[in-house]
Parts: sequence; structure tokens; C-alpha cells
Amino acid sequence: MSEDIFQGYKGKALEILKKYNVRVWGQAVIQTTRGNFEGTVLPRAENDDDIHIVLKIVTGYNIGIDIGTIKDMKETGYKKANYKIPEKEFPTTKGLPSVKLFGTGGTIASRLDYRTGAVIPAFSPGELYGAVPELADICNLTTEKVFAVFSENMGPKQYIALAKAIGEEIKNGIDGIVIGHGTDTLHHTGAALTFMVQNSPVPIVLVGSQRSSDRPSSDAALNLMHAMKTAGHSDIAEIMVCMFGPTSDEYGLLHKGTRVRKMHSSYRSTFRTIGDTPLATVDRNKITPIKQNYKHRRKDRDVDILPYFSDKVTMLYYYPGMKPDTIDSLVDSGYKGIVIVGTGLGHVNKELYPAIERANKKGVMMYMTLQTLWGYVHMFVYDTGRDMMAKGIIPAGNMLPEVAFIKLGWALGQTEDPEEVKRIMLTPINDEITTREPYNGYLIYQGGVPEVEDFVKKFRK
Amino acid sequence: MCFKILILKHTSYYTMKKNNCPEITEFNPQKNYEQTRQEIGYVKRKEATKADYERIGFMSGLEVHQQLKTKEKLFCHCPAGIYHDNDDYDAEVIRHMRPTLSELGEYDGTALMEYKTRKEIVYRLNNKTACTYEVDDTPPFKIDKEALEYALEISLLCKLNIVGEVHITRKQYLDGSIPTGFQRTAILGVEGEIPLKNKKVRLIQLSIEEDSCREISDIRHTRIYKTDRLGMPLIETVTYPDMLTPDELKEAAEYIRFLNRSTGKVRVGSGAGREDVNVSCKGGTRVEIKGVSYNRMIPELSHNEAFRQWALLNVRGKLNDKIKDASKWKMQHQEIDYRDYELKYEPITDGLIDKYRIIAVNLPGFKGILSHFTQPGKIFANEISDRLKVIACLEKPNMVHSEELETKVIEENFCKLQELFDASDNDAQIIFWAPDEDIPTALETIEERCQMAFEGVPPETRKSFLDGTSIFERVLPGADRMYPDTDSAPIPLENSYIDNLSKNLPTDIIDRYKQLKTWKIPEDTFRFIFRNNLFPLIEKIIQDLKLNPTFIGTFIGHKLKFVEGHYTSAEKFEYSKIYDLFKFLIDNNLDIQLSKKMIPVVYEHPKMDFDSILTSINFKKIPKEEILSKIPFLKQKFSEIKISKNDSVAKQWIMGELQKTAIGNISPDVLAKAIEQN
Repeated sequence: MSEDIFQGYKGKALEILKKYNVRVWGQAVIQTTRGNFEGTVLPRAENDDDIHIVLKIVTGYNIGIDIGTIKDMKETGYKKANYKIPEKEFPTTKGLPSVKLFGTGGTIASRLDYRTGAVIPAFSPGELYGAVPELADICNLTTEKVFAVFSENMGPKQYIALAKAIGEEIKNGIDGIVIGHGTDTLHHTGAALTFMVQNSPVPIVLVGSQRSSDRPSSDAALNLMHAMKTAGHSDIAEIMVCMFGPTSDEYGLLHKGTRVRKMHSSYRSTFRTIGDTPLATVDRNKITPIKQNYKHRRKDRDVDILPYFSDKVTMLYYYPGMKPDTIDSLVDSGYKGIVIVGTGLGHVNKELYPAIERANKKGVMMYMTLQTLWGYVHMFVYDTGRDMMAKGIIPAGNMLPEVAFIKLGWALGQTEDPEEVKRIMLTPINDEITTREPYNGYLIYQGGVPEVEDFVKKFRK
Repeated sequence: MCFKILILKHTSYYTMKKNNCPEITEFNPQKNYEQTRQEIGYVKRKEATKADYERIGFMSGLEVHQQLKTKEKLFCHCPAGIYHDNDDYDAEVIRHMRPTLSELGEYDGTALMEYKTRKEIVYRLNNKTACTYEVDDTPPFKIDKEALEYALEISLLCKLNIVGEVHITRKQYLDGSIPTGFQRTAILGVEGEIPLKNKKVRLIQLSIEEDSCREISDIRHTRIYKTDRLGMPLIETVTYPDMLTPDELKEAAEYIRFLNRSTGKVRVGSGAGREDVNVSCKGGTRVEIKGVSYNRMIPELSHNEAFRQWALLNVRGKLNDKIKDASKWKMQHQEIDYRDYELKYEPITDGLIDKYRIIAVNLPGFKGILSHFTQPGKIFANEISDRLKVIACLEKPNMVHSEELETKVIEENFCKLQELFDASDNDAQIIFWAPDEDIPTALETIEERCQMAFEGVPPETRKSFLDGTSIFERVLPGADRMYPDTDSAPIPLENSYIDNLSKNLPTDIIDRYKQLKTWKIPEDTFRFIFRNNLFPLIEKIIQDLKLNPTFIGTFIGHKLKFVEGHYTSAEKFEYSKIYDLFKFLIDNNLDIQLSKKMIPVVYEHPKMDFDSILTSINFKKIPKEEILSKIPFLKQKFSEIKISKNDSVAKQWIMGELQKTAIGNISPDVLAKAIEQN
């Protein structure tokens, strides 16, 4: 079939369209038991039912027509929409740093998909320039679409491809790298790249948006500007996540890829550094370091690309009453490493002990992390902890659960020797385990408390 | 050439060489204003006839906004209808808006204009009335069922074709009035009609939508909003441009308002119902006057707008006569040094303190155009100044020009500018002052508005004033700003659901109108009755209590209206209290005339029981016989004081003496008869 002229329609609705010979994008007059309707037939989202036809009426609104009410239908014209962000060639300015933008999909640049009715990734430097012309004042931009997947579909394969692409770019002399990424697993990728791309001479910035760029109040444009600013001009040569600091359009925060976590399902300021302070703040004009120690930008082109990953790693979120068969089945399925997310200081119930012992005997490596997210695993405090360590569970310090999972996969991708894996796991590459937690590393304000309310009203925008 | 209206006080600090000025010819802007007003045949609203509106081809339509009386907001669970003061807030959020593409791949004109203005938008949040949804940090929850139901009932009353499936659409608003940058809205029905006295008005559509923020201030590049009203459910009824006089327009607005209110499910009070009035004249453009809260304003506003357009068409004619190729028209501009000019005008000197630059602009061929009449007291130059405020964010006064109706800087400045630009006698000049960063937008704005003058009437939305004039608000948005809401699924409306709703609808306003007439209720009460949705109450009193319809209608439409206007309620007065009042009178065998004495107290103290009210008005229940027994004595007394021999005077005097005790105990006609017979 050359072209789908009934995009998204199925079942009874499709039959009706065929019966009256009306195409998607066709202008139609429809007579129904509820009166007459006129408009352009739009594609239908795939998961919607098959008893309605979508019509864009002359005032620009969309409506649905119940096919059960249709008495007659006639196509009177045809006009296909051409959805395109105005593409303009990205200008090059002498003296500005060159930045490479890798596209992976996600909402940083996206457009509407009629098939699903949702937004789909779209991306090109020309489109980006058309949408955010300010970028041209920050850097000279080139882009490359590495792949186009939603954040939740990012995985080891993509981490490896990205790491290799980054290595190439650095060798080619780029001044900074930005990776456009869906936000859901931005922190997983942040950790993966920290391990796979070590000793980078230039900033590598992961950025996304919490509101798709098809919305006027999207954070995408400002996030992109912040990320480009960081990649092109910052002295911090680390793997960073760059997202909104406050929910207001004010400034962004630069988080270490190993200490950052998405903490709200929909807020703009969803990314927070856990157990430490962020690296820096960034606005359109400057980068202001918060942490004094960081890896500085270098002129050389040396970088270590370590693109390893084993997918025989899993995570287990403990809950009270968990049965041993949960661990048994993971072991039986051939998993080599399990990151346990335990309660409190790093605990699971006694019922699991036999399963843990069995796993240990089979050579499965187990690391303990925390549901509390903040704080250190402390398995010496209670007997349970000591018991578990005796049974082979290794405490992972204050490594975040997702980071521990990524690191274990990366370690097991390199070796299956438990001692070597343990050495890799417990030797921090970039603060995934820190030796100390600063006092301001744990801040969750409690709304309703007068002094917090006062702070929120006066300072937090 | 320079015009000559020197104001004497200027001469005291007048230092510029007069001989800079070329030979002075008579040009009087005030005269030009009057002359152009006559040219276009402007008549005052009160003097305008149907023929005047036919002459200019008056055409108008309405978009009637009406808040629904729901408990919660449309897409979140915040309470609806709670308002707070400007300074009563818990937090602020700052946003900027960027234009995005519509679904059909076009940028919207308004969107681009708003983007040019580079506004910083501040939202004030009060935890009682706003959650994270309002500031676009949480996706929408399911549409409020109550709101959807109320809106559908009104759609049915408007005889609209109800859609099979409701699709939530995003309608872009880049002025910041909604933090998302778009309003979530959906069409419920299309193609309906409402009857007016002499014609039917067709309806285009009815939509359900979320209300916007309320603006606190808009100064320079900062606009502040509060979010209490944001997200409240609203319906918008849109008519075709079927109204051909301002009076018809008002009648339609009233009808739609009354229809909405007849359901008893809409909010009333200030701002709960707002009209956007679309007006054009023959050869003009659809211009939308936004947010008119009072229907009584509609005739004056639409009248002036139609004539403004008529005036702009006259401007177009003049310009195109003078300048053969409009596409080649260009203005000139140059920065000037205030030391070389005589610009002792406070807004300019204040601007200099803030390092504003002063820019002079020459508008070739615009002589006589700047002072061309547009609206009462307004000239074409205002059109430019208004846009400078909105688009370039320059606070008013933001410019002076060579055709001011009231001199602000001496005209020799403009003579000098003529020299500077080597301008012709046909040109006009503007001086504006602005910060560096706003100058490019300001220049663009002036040039754009002047270029539009060659075309006629720019499509725009305008803000109304109580004096019946309006000013530029935004470029008129088109269908290009619509976008499907990817956050919400379509909502099917099944036949059974719609059929059920149809069963419980109130009767049509037009039928109620006819019924009131049959009941011989005076017509001057109708507005009050419909405005407050009192028809059902009247109907109930008449049916249940079998009282005289004319009396009840008059009681409500005159007496109650008077009381409302002259007394204050201690608590919320519910109209159902009227029913209780009449029921009380009947149950207690009291004369219904007593209601007139009681109603002020009932209104002032809705919680007071009726017995206490009777005491408070000094009413005592006295048997009929006791009152009648006093008649012989009073007759005797009257004959003693002998004011008149006339029997009817005697009757009146006795009635007067007995009235206080009689009222409520015995009806006046029974009393009168008794006096006659005694």
C-alpha cells in the first residue's frame, strides 16, 4: 500500500470511512442524528476506540463524531497538514565554542504523533535553531541523532553507543557535548556515562525537559540554553545533568551524573542531587560553582571509553513479608548481580536468609542500597545487618540504588571475578560513594512550617 | 509645515530659534479631528438610527463567557469560586512564554507578537486556591463531571448539535494569563440558535474551558497574575455575526445570559459572566473587544468600534490617495540629543534619568492622519501609542507627535525634525523615548502600525473602557493556535447520557417571557426576574399557593428589586425565602399585602423567623370584627372634626385611621366595603 489514507482508523470507524469514501485530511460534511457537522477528518489515535471519527472544525477545535449517529457523509475537499518547525541553517559565529548535540529522543524536541495522539521526538539543528534562535549566541552547534527512543526505552545498548560516539567527538576536537534525553531515566544514563566515559577533557551535559517543546511554557528552550552554555563555556569537565533548579524560569542546576535523581513525576525542578550539593548553578550568562572541587576542562584530547555492560544484573526493591522465591527465581533465571534496595540502614527480613545464602553459593553478587535514598548503608548496627553481610551481601555505602545497578552492570560487563567486581563497585569514579555527607546534603523542606512558608514566599520561585 | 497652536507658558523657556521653522501654514489638529469626525459621519450612540448602522454596515457577534457553579475547578481538585487579595499569597512562580507550532504547522500571529514583548510573568499562588496543576507542574486530572454536565445542559438549551466525543484542545495564550501557555478547552456542540424578539440568532459553537488568571499589574516587562480564578470551569457561547445594531447585540447578550442563568447552575456576581464582542463595519475587519462585564456597556462599545473601523477606512483612502505605492512606504528614524531640542516634558525628562534614548521618527505622508478621528476623544496617533505600550512595553505616555490635540512639547521641535529628516509638508513626526533594548521593537511597532493603515483595519483584540472606547490589547489570534491536548483522552458522550440530560432541562427563556406576559406581569420586571432566575420561584408560588400572578410578579420585580437596592443583608439572602414568606402568610390566614411591609426586614435578616418579623414591624393580630367595630366610632369622630362633607373623603380618612391595625388582618377592599356599608 502506498499511503495510509485512513491513518489510525480501524474496525467500524474504518468501515464507515471506506463506505462513504472519505479520507483522513479530507474535508467532510457529516449528517448525523445529532445534526450536521463539517470539518477536516483527522487521524485517530491508535489506542482510542473504533466508534468515533475525529474532525477538526473550522474554528480550529477537534471534535469526535459517534459513527452510530452518522446518516450520511461526503468529502468536499482535501488538505493535508504539514507539521514542520521552520528549519533555518544554524549560523556559525567565530569565537564561539563548538558544541555537539546528540539526540536520543524524548521531549527536549518533539512533535505530535497522530497515530498515538502523543508527542514523538523530532530533531535537527535547523529545527532547533528555528525554535530556539538564542542558541546561536551561545555556541556553534552541530547535531547528530544517535537514536530516537523514549527515555524509558534507553538501555545498555544505547549507553554503549553514546559512549563511543562521545569518544569520537572528543577526539575530533569538540569543546563540549550535550545529550538530549527523555527525563525518566536521565539519571541512569548519567551514571552509565560517568562509568563508561572517564577522564573527559570537556563537559558532557545531559539535558531533557519536563514539558514538551510543543508547549509555550516548556522548559525545553531554557534547559537547552543552559546545557549549551555549560557544554561550551563551563570549566567543569564532568558528566552532568542540567535541569531546572526552581520550577520558575530562572536558573538551572548542574548535577553529578552519579548523585542525581528524578524526584517528582511532573515538576520542572524534578532533578535533585541526593546526599550532597549540586555542582553548580547555570543561567544564560554564567556558571556559578557550588562545589569547589571538580574536574577541570583540559586542552588535551585524552579520554577513556569503557563501553561495557552486562544485562545479567537486576534490582530488588524489598518489602515487608517478601518471600524467598523472589530471590530464588532471579538466581534460577541466571542473574549474576542483584542490587537490593533495603529498608532503613539496609535491611531485609529473616525469611530471605536461606535464599540469600543460596544465591551467594551460586556466585550471585549482592549489594545493599537504601530505600531512604539519603544516608549510608550501615549493616553493623543491628544483628540483621551483620547476619546479611555474613551471608554475602555487600553494603554499597551511600550509592543511589539506580547508580549501584548501573555500576554493577558495568562492572560485570568487565569481569565476573567477585573480588574484582567488589573493588570496582566500592572504588568511586565520581562520587557515587562519598566519604562524607555535608549537613546541607539532606534538605527536604516541610511545607506548613512557618519558617519554611516564609522562605517559600520570599525566596523560592 | 508647522501648525500653530502655541501655548503661552511654553514661550517662557522657549529658547530655540524661531527662524528654524519654515513658513507656518495653518494646520490645527483639533480642527482636523473635528473635520475627520464629520467626514466619516460619526454620530453619537444616542442619536444613531438604524440607517446609520446600515450605512456603515454594522455587523457583530458575541462570545459569552459564563462561569459554572461547580465545587471544584475543571481539571484539578482545587475549590472553585474562592478569591483572595492581590497580596494574599504563599508563593510566586516566574515563567516566560515561547510560541510553538499549531497542529497544522503554523505559528500564530498573536503568539509571535507576545513573544516580541519578552514579558516576565509572575504567578502568585495561594495554597487554598491553587495546586501544582495551576502552575503546570502536574498534568490535568479528569475533567470535572459536574461542569461537563452543566455545560451540556446549556448546550442543549441552545439547540446545539452535541458532539459524539469531547476532545480537549489546547488554545494558545502567550500573554501569560494561563501558566501552561494554553487554555484547555473543548467543543460540546455546534450550530445552534437563540430567538430574539424579532429574529433568530445562530450560534457557532459552545465550548467548555478553564478560566484564566486575574491580572494584578502589567508594568514594563513584568506582568503579575494571581491564580485563584485560574482553572475554574467556564462555558463560551459563540454566535454568528448576526446582530446588525448595537441594541440587537445587547438583546442577544442578555438572552444568552438569562438562558445560562435559567439552569441555576452558573455563577453570578462580578466577573462570573463576561462577553467578548466581535464587531466589524463594511470593508472592516473582525475586531474583538474582550472581557466586557456589563451588558449595558455593549451598545456604546460596539457603536464606537464600528465607527473606529469606519474612520480607519477613511484613513486608508487618504493614505492611498497620497501615496501611490504603499509597499514602498518607509518611515525614517534617528536618535536625537535632548540638548538640541526643547523637550521639557516630564515623561521625557524622567526617562532620561533612566538612561532612555530619544528617537525621532518621520512618517511620510502622515500629516492629517495622526490627528484623524478614531473614537470620541481619540486619534490615529493613539493607535500607535497603544501598541507601543503593549508590544514594546513602553509605559504611557510613551510618545509625542506633531499633531497633539493638547500640546505637550512645543511644535518648533517638529519643525526642527522636518529639517533633520528633510521631510515634506505632507509628513508627520513622532518622538518617543525608550530604553536601549526596547527601541528595535518600538520602531518595528510604529512602522508596522503605519503600514497597516494602508490596508485598513488590523485584526486585533481590544480592551474596553467604561466610557465606551477601547484600546489595543493583542493581535487577533486565529485557528492556528489550536493543538490537541496530548494529556487527556477523548470523552465519549453516549446517546443515553444526552437523552437523560434533555429530560431535566428548564423551559426556554422565550417561553417564559410569553408566560409572564399571559400572567399580566409588567414587562419592566422581566429583566430583574431573568437576571436572577426568579421565574421558577414565581411559577412555584403561583402553582402551589394559588396567588395572583400579577401581584407576585410585581412584588418581585418592583418591591424586591427596590429592597435589594436599598437594604443590606446581614447574611446571604436566598430567594426561596420569598416562597416561605407567602406560605407563612397563607398558613396563618394573614393578608398577603403584609408581605410588602415584611420584605425589607426579611431581606435584612434572612435568619429571623416570620413571627419575630411581625413583632418588629409592630404588627398585632387583631380579629376582623374588632377592627370593624371601630368604624361607627370613627364615623362619629369624622362628623365632629368635619373636614369635608364628602363621603369619599370620610371613607379615606377612616381607612387611614384603621390602616395600621388593618394591614395584614383585613384586606383593603374588604375594609373599604365595610366602611361603605356601616
